Amino acid sequence: MGALILDPLAALGRAVLGACRVAGDVGLFALEAISHLLRPPFYWRLFWRAFVEVAWFSLPVVALTAIFTGMVLALQSYTGFARFNAQSAVASVVVISLTRELGPVLASLMVAGRIGAAFAAEIGTMRVTDQIDALTTLSTNPMKYLVAPRLLAATIALPLLVLVADILGVMGGWLIGTFKLGFVSAAYLKSTFDYLEADDVISGLVKAAVFGFIVALMGTWCGYNSRGGAQGVGGATTTAVVASSILILALDYVLTEIFFAQ
Amino acid sequence: MNASDDRRAAARPGTGGPDRSGRAGVPKIRLRGVRKAFGAKQVLDGVDLDVEAGHSMVILGGSGSGKSVTIKCILGLIEPDAGSIEIDGQDVLRLPRREREAIGDRIGMLFQNGALFDSLPVWENVCFKLLAQGRITRGQARDRAAEALAQVGLAASVGDLYPAELSGGMQKRVALARAVAAQPDIIFFDEPTTGLDPIMGAVIDGLIVDCVKRLGATAVSITHDMASARRIGDMAAMIHKGRISWTGPAASLGHSGNAVVDQFANGEREGPIQMELRR
Repeated sequence: MGALILDPLAALGRAVLGACRVAGDVGLFALEAISHLLRPPFYWRLFWRAFVEVAWFSLPVVALTAIFTGMVLALQSYTGFARFNAQSAVASVVVISLTRELGPVLASLMVAGRIGAAFAAEIGTMRVTDQIDALTTLSTNPMKYLVAPRLLAATIALPLLVLVADILGVMGGWLIGTFKLGFVSAAYLKSTFDYLEADDVISGLVKAAVFGFIVALMGTWCGYNSRGGAQGVGGATTTAVVASSILILALDYVLTEIFFAQ
Repeated sequence: MNASDDRRAAARPGTGGPDRSGRAGVPKIRLRGVRKAFGAKQVLDGVDLDVEAGHSMVILGGSGSGKSVTIKCILGLIEPDAGSIEIDGQDVLRLPRREREAIGDRIGMLFQNGALFDSLPVWENVCFKLLAQGRITRGQARDRAAEALAQVGLAASVGDLYPAELSGGMQKRVALARAVAAQPDIIFFDEPTTGLDPIMGAVIDGLIVDCVKRLGATAVSITHDMASARRIGDMAAMIHKGRISWTGPAASLGHSGNAVVDQFANGEREGPIQMELRR
């Protein structure tokens, strides 16, 4: 009887301890990677390769996501605001929603799917085929070579991607506003910029930098710690995408509280 | 004198190159009481081993006996739970990180599956350590790689291929070229002939012997291929139940007088080594 009562508690305790251990592991991994960013040598070639992979090759998927999000947002807010004759607020709602929230969050989720998975799969394969051990035997620190350049690349690339997403999202809203909903083009754009403040954009870019760091951190950490061949690499890839997606959404709330809480 | 002659001269004792002969009376590698457990499984249970400078030691043992763990402990890839590992008389486990890395710079390793970096072309793989240490420029690396590839019987054009474009035997030869390119004074070979046909296995063994002799290096190989062990090694050690149970000349494998070694070397089912089989 006692065992029946205590078993779920023991399981809960194990789960909590396991979560604490993972959080500690990830934290130490991140600190070590950051320390390598501050100490030479730095692998600029690898940084550039990762930067191009994150920024340039993610551009199409982020652009499409942003344009369609802007279009849908304009359409939805127009039909909603029409109920109390507030259609003129569509442009400002679109731009504020995009710059503060939807731009950084949706772009980061797309990048988490593309880049988080790619980092985890590449580094995970290197782990299970002894390539990471080989790096050590070839006088190269794997954290410095594999992790640090990717972390920096994603942290810098995401704000740039989000800036593009903001612009394209507003353009998507403007397209629907002017060609479908009957707004005058100049009036729509004026309304967009009249209500937009620098903080809206900056807070979104700061969020993007944090999310970029998180995507790269989870991708590299999961890959670096993968075990057990193809199945282990597959599991690491899934975990990287799921964990970074959840962390993006959770941290989005935390950062919003920090930036905008009254 | 060309670059190749320079390196050979550097490899010879007394010609200004790195000291490969070790300190007099001190083994190049000495393990004492090395223990390592993974969970409840005690893989190494007090390994004692001496490898003399300039010798080629082959470590034998069944699958899961701890051969790979032993050399990973020496390489610093796995931290042992207890014991000491000395290289040239220095206990590497108790050295500061920088000094430990400096010793690591003098060690080369051929991994079982090659472990070539598949995102890099062959020439960059071969010269990876030299580039990482800043000893050559990228411009010089192609020529140096062509030279290293020639030493393992590969054409310079192979340098522009990626590892995935190579056969298993070619990958092993490229991995060998990479392991010796920085002229280490200790080289480890992990199952160098596994997965190769017997002829290619003999070719790889021949290249290993040539490379080790040319460099004047100390070699430690792990294998369960007896023909390979006799070709590569001048000394052999048997690891059994987490300890070194026998050390002797590689030429005596199969008729050493030690029941464990002879059963293993002759591949006999009956003997002191009992395989755990579920029926």
